[in-house]
Amino acid sequence: MRVELRGITKCFGSLRANDNISLSVPPSTIEGVLGENGAGKSTLMKILSGFYSPDSGDILLDGKKVKIDAPADAIRQGIGMLHQDPQDFPPLKVIDDFILGKKGGLLPNRKNAARDFRELSSRFDFSIDPETYVDSLTVGERQQLEILRLLWLGARILILDEPTTGISLPQKEKLFATLKKLASEGMTILFVSHKLEDVEALCSRATVLRQGKLIGSMEPPFDTRVLVEMMFGKEVPQEPKTQLQVGTTVLSVKHIDLDGIRIQIKGVNLQVRAGEVIGLAGMEGSGQTLFLSACAGLSQPVGGSFCLDEEEKEMTGRTYHEFRKKGVAYLPAARLEQALIPGLSLTEHFILSEGMRGFFIDRKKSEELAKSRISLFNIKGKPESTVESLSGGNQQRALLALMRDPLKLILVEHPTRGLDIESTIYIWGKLKERCARGTAIVFISSDLDEILKYSDRVLVFFAGKVTPPLDANTLSVERLGRLIGGKDWDTLGTEAAHA
Amino acid sequence: MNNSALVTSIAGVLAAAAPILFAVIGETISERAGVLNLSMNGMILLSAMGSFAVALATGSVVLGFLMGAAIGALVSLIVAFASLTLLQSQVAVGFVLALLCRDLSYFLGNPIMGKVGPRISQVPIPGLERIPILGTILFRQDVMTYFSFILIVAAWFFVFRTKPGLTLRGVGERPTAAYIRGANVNRLRYLYAAIGGAIAGLAGPIYSLSIKAGWKGTISGLDGIGWIVLSITIFGGWKPFRAAFGAYLFAFLQWLGLVLQPSLPSVPSQVLQVAPFPLMILTLLFVNIGNAEWVDRSLARLPENVRRDIARVLRAMNATPPAALGAPFEKE
Ligand SMILES: Nc1ncnc2c1ncn2[C@@H]1O[C@H](COP(=O)(O)OP(=O)(O)OP(=O)(O)O)[C@@H](O)[C@H]1O
Ligand SMILES: [Mg+2]
Repeated sequence: MRVELRGITKCFGSLRANDNISLSVPPSTIEGVLGENGAGKSTLMKILSGFYSPDSGDILLDGKKVKIDAPADAIRQGIGMLHQDPQDFPPLKVIDDFILGKKGGLLPNRKNAARDFRELSSRFDFSIDPETYVDSLTVGERQQLEILRLLWLGARILILDEPTTGISLPQKEKLFATLKKLASEGMTILFVSHKLEDVEALCSRATVLRQGKLIGSMEPPFDTRVLVEMMFGKEVPQEPKTQLQVGTTVLSVKHIDLDGIRIQIKGVNLQVRAGEVIGLAGMEGSGQTLFLSACAGLSQPVGGSFCLDEEEKEMTGRTYHEFRKKGVAYLPAARLEQALIPGLSLTEHFILSEGMRGFFIDRKKSEELAKSRISLFNIKGKPESTVESLSGGNQQRALLALMRDPLKLILVEHPTRGLDIESTIYIWGKLKERCARGTAIVFISSDLDEILKYSDRVLVFFAGKVTPPLDANTLSVERLGRLIGGKDWDTLGTEAAHA
Repeated sequence: MNNSALVTSIAGVLAAAAPILFAVIGETISERAGVLNLSMNGMILLSAMGSFAVALATGSVVLGFLMGAAIGALVSLIVAFASLTLLQSQVAVGFVLALLCRDLSYFLGNPIMGKVGPRISQVPIPGLERIPILGTILFRQDVMTYFSFILIVAAWFFVFRTKPGLTLRGVGERPTAAYIRGANVNRLRYLYAAIGGAIAGLAGPIYSLSIKAGWKGTISGLDGIGWIVLSITIFGGWKPFRAAFGAYLFAFLQWLGLVLQPSLPSVPSQVLQVAPFPLMILTLLFVNIGNAEWVDRSLARLPENVRRDIARVLRAMNATPPAALGAPFEKE
């Protein structure tokens, strides 16, 4: 089905998120939509899926003008969208979430749905149990659930807003194969992503937005340099990998046993030293999040101990509050649910995180603080913008801008999930600056390049098993990929870097 | 107390719990959709008075019950309109309506005070009523008590087993996500507020046309029931069976207060009358204990198998309110 957008304009207050955008996507096409954070990609996709109504402009399907005022209209036209933030129901069972919204019948056919679900998820090597609850899934798994659901609904036009941030390399290859097959069967797919290599591997055309305007399109063979220049209006140089001097031990993890709702981990040992970056790799839900949250006192170990600093401050069984007082910060992946407060402005967030003294709010001082942080972290937003009105990438920047200084240890889930290339380089520059001043970082990422490029040592998680720390300099992408997939584990003993 | 007296008492507790059950299930449905109907207390009084007036005037209990449901639906729709369309606070509007409806029922009910009108009576179910013990407890009740049994199962089935029920839960939990999946959030909220209100409204005529037949104004003893209903809805964790358990527990505690009074002369009678209320709060506390962080921390020290079992029980008992309860939905 041919999808045509004609002269779409959408303003939020004085901001033109989409400015007279016209785009025509022929059937059987996978159209890549590229652009920096805040360029207006999600806004445009939400207009096509009926979530927003455009201020002006038309949507045409197969040349016929259609009226799409609500998502229900779009669904009727066969348009399905994966939203950037998982739009699901945390307290429901996975299978119920899967069924919700499926048309037809008074009684859901749970058995058939569960069978379809299992079949689909094994096709992509996703391992989600339909009988668990959505809130026990990682953000990446919730994205996987949404992808499965949309494929199951059988849309004719599929919009995917950053679908690859939560899945591993082999899973991605399978997903891409399926998308290509669906496209060859006539489906139209719009694929929003920051990963140029994904767009290059998958798309039959790429369109670039910048500051709400359509800059241009490109067909294969893609030239990465040209695409980057279209996205940012300038070239973005790649930073070389840096090696910092490590200092004394900041956190020691001794024989930690953890017992999550879905996964158990036994006997993890790790010494994190000042200035060091440790990457936690693995498929979503292999135990990384459980481990990281335990390092911050957010979940309790059932065996072993945590100590902070050289003087061995025993921290086992302490709360996050106490870890925080000792200079530990935790940045979760579910930005709007766990880390930011929807409804509060950026300024109010800075006031809260700085823990300003006194009873009254010093308006002027906090406004200045907000302004300086916004420019320091290049956030596209105003001090009075509420956090939910920021684009996904800018929410992540805000989160990083909220961290206190100095810190001993930063624990972060997916530090650059959803960030464009320039911001990724920028954010890691900021994090490395902290390392140079003695902060240690432990981070989770499903992006193998990010793991290898920015960590000094790597722990790989697979189904609750954990490798000893591996030296990132001698680890290849292929080998890391195999370890993540559960292969090569028997050869590990010999090459462990000093724990 | 001999056995047959005990059996009759249990049957009495089931009947006394019926109106509370209707109100709690109605409120549960409305809150599942995200609409908090705080007017419950006044609404029950108004529907009790209104339905008795209609039954008295027409001689038809059926019309009386219909009137009760209509009043319930109407009051709920006012709350829904104020919050969903006018974007006013549900708490403020509901609270004001609770007071307004109560005073209105006393004022408008003056002319029918103390009159004797029609009422429904017990309808033993032939055959089944002869089953020893169970027959007396379950099958010698009035129609509305039978319906109350059915209502529990029907509400559970609807909420947890049907597609519209699933959407209902989604709308109260994350309206934006439900909207994205094609639900017309505000229309559904109006619909379930009205249905929940109608069901809750039946509590009034169950009192005034059955268990406390007639209208006695301020001494009807109905004032306060609505507030208990709201707390039992929370106690019930927005789940019909647990809500039913709460309603029965409360009716049982009230009955206990009455029978214990003669045998405990040293305890002031007020203590026994009030005791059910703090007891309900204690149970609420106990039920939600799994939410507390210190429980989590102390559990970590237990041996593995024990810990798993306890964690599972706590998770099952745990109840969180619909996340969007009371919050209006705007799509942009
Ligand atoms: N509901 C809203 N209210 C106000 N401003 C908004 C709203 N939604 C988006 N914006 C603004 O519109 C602009 C475009 O946002 P959009 O989410 O479309 O960007 P994006 O290209 O998807 O970025 P990202 O890559 O970070 O996801 C941003 O500046 C954002 O702050
Ligand atoms: Mg976006």
